Amino acid sequence: MSVTAAKSHYQSEAFARRLRARYAAERNFKIAGIAAIAIASLMLVVLLSSIVTKGYTAFWQAQVRVEVTFDKAQVEERNYTAILRQGLYAQFPEITERGARRTLNELLSSGAPYELEAMVTRDPSIVGTTRTVWVRADDEVDQFVKGYFTRSGPEAERRLNDAKIAAVDALVAKGALVQSFNTTLFSAGDSREAEQAGIWGAIVGSLLTLLVTMSLSVPIGIAAAVYLEEFAPKNKWTDLIEVNINNLAAVPSIIFGLLGLAVFLGFFGLPRSAPLVGGLVMALMTLPVIIISARVALKSVPPSIREAALGIGASPLQTVTHHVLPLAMPGILTGTIIGMARALGETAPLLMIGMVAFIVDIPHGWTDSATVLPVQIYMWADSPERAFTERTSAAIMILLGFLILMNGLAVFLRKKFERRW
Amino acid sequence: MSVHTQTHTGAPAAARSAPAVPNKMIARDVKVFYGAKQALKGINVEIQENKVLALIGPSGCGKSTFLRCLNRMNDTIENCRVEGLIALDGEDIYGRSIDAVQLRARVGMVFQKPNPFPKSIYDNIAYGPRIHGMASGRDELDEVVEKSLQRAGLWNEVKDRLREPGTGLSGGQQQRLCIARAIAVSPEVILMDEPCSALDPIATAHIEELIDELRENFTIVIVTHNMQQAARVSQKTAFFHLGDMVECDDTEEIFTNPRDERTQGYITGRYG
Repeated sequence: MSVTAAKSHYQSEAFARRLRARYAAERNFKIAGIAAIAIASLMLVVLLSSIVTKGYTAFWQAQVRVEVTFDKAQVEERNYTAILRQGLYAQFPEITERGARRTLNELLSSGAPYELEAMVTRDPSIVGTTRTVWVRADDEVDQFVKGYFTRSGPEAERRLNDAKIAAVDALVAKGALVQSFNTTLFSAGDSREAEQAGIWGAIVGSLLTLLVTMSLSVPIGIAAAVYLEEFAPKNKWTDLIEVNINNLAAVPSIIFGLLGLAVFLGFFGLPRSAPLVGGLVMALMTLPVIIISARVALKSVPPSIREAALGIGASPLQTVTHHVLPLAMPGILTGTIIGMARALGETAPLLMIGMVAFIVDIPHGWTDSATVLPVQIYMWADSPERAFTERTSAAIMILLGFLILMNGLAVFLRKKFERRW
Repeated sequence: MSVHTQTHTGAPAAARSAPAVPNKMIARDVKVFYGAKQALKGINVEIQENKVLALIGPSGCGKSTFLRCLNRMNDTIENCRVEGLIALDGEDIYGRSIDAVQLRARVGMVFQKPNPFPKSIYDNIAYGPRIHGMASGRDELDEVVEKSLQRAGLWNEVKDRLREPGTGLSGGQQQRLCIARAIAVSPEVILMDEPCSALDPIATAHIEELIDELRENFTIVIVTHNMQQAARVSQKTAFFHLGDMVECDDTEEIFTNPRDERTQGYITGRYG
């Protein structure tokens, strides 16, 4: 009796309806999921393509060919500006008037004379000879050649006046004004002149800062996680510590900057703008992240491994160092690298300790004034010149490159050291 | 073989052979508490040298808890408190003179689920001798590994792949690897916590044979849910019920002529 009743229930129209509704719900859920992924991907593509299309031109820089004579007297006077200008004027014999020549001067980067000086310093034998040199064009010329400035419209509203445009056209026609790979971007520090600005200073600053961060937060974080997870008794004190660590991971990073300002600069009197202090602040910021991820990784090691080691007479510390820690290492490494990547991309705490500064020199030590990649991006984004706009995007691409590299490393290490049990 | 075992552990031979203490281990009025909950209510057992003692009883009766007291594995459990006396060769294992870590080398353990280290078969066996400094040099270590695997009846199956991970073996082989790992440190007592519960009947038969062979050199305590297994491998059987030890006697006595009706009820399958 009951069998037939049940059978009729599962064959009834109501049941079929319920079944259809169930499949429809599942289908709708899948569609929603795919839509979410599609929207996220679209956003990412829009973001990346906007950065790339705005920034790729920054990897090229307009250069002007000039025939210069390194006159001995002028070299001794270090009057490289005159050497350069004579070479430039020689290309425009028809322009002799002072005002028009000033326009010609503005075609070249104000840093161009220093390039000549550097050449002489490298090879003093060139004094007294005539050489063909390529020097950087001014950033406005550079942007004009790249097509960012209009050549039509009222002259007063244009960045380049008619005379300058004519001179640029003449140089381009002669093949004396071309775009080449922008090595300055990768080798120079910051500058007020866009064509002389590079991110090498910021990269070195970031590396120094990250080294300090890593050498502090990784050992301390892993040791703290091992102690809390494997050795500490479970009581209200360790509970309190755990709650505090979890809270610290969620504290806005600028608060850590304030802490650094008060403690490292105010109390210990460490120098401002230094990678050492930046690294200390970042270490404080990444410590909770590393501790939490390391604890999760340690927790995921099956207890049977600990029992096995203890059961043949390994001490608790041997159990951890020989078995648990190696097994947890992939997870710890992943968490660490993600923490480091976060530190690499962090700006806010560095505002507080003076790392948002205009620093031209490449830092050489832990206490030299320095800036870091994201701060450099922030400062360039603040600059009004058109050439800094593309450099901002280029710097973002370089920062993203580093981040992708680090995350790739995390994935690689995880795959390499991952073991099954 | 047995002489070899004893020289390695360095246990005082006098205490071992003294006629006054014929038992390898004794437990007197052992009570265990997990926080406020009492798991064992005063256990008295003698574990005789070179015999197999089977601990049987329904789930939650405290067999495993008692087993884990014998090598102080309960130390690792938070809130676990052990009262009473457990002695190994007449020495209180919870006393000051005995180090828990060293004790676990003398009283080895094999767990319910095979738990080889995710390392090579060789390193699984060699780990214990290495940390206890029992082999000086490569050759000696090789010898210990080979001997342990032979005693565990695994040598012929794995001798050509000692470098392969221990986790790649079958379940039965993994459990024998764990037994080999336990005997590699030359313990005096081996505790086995349902060693066959995760294995198929053929692998189980293998392990049971092995237990019978190991009895020559080791004192063995085995927890099992399988009545036939207890009858097959053990000389002594203790029946646990709700934290009490109901009776402990020769296995034959327990299975043919139990004194307590709870024992009778359990072994005949009326409850448990």
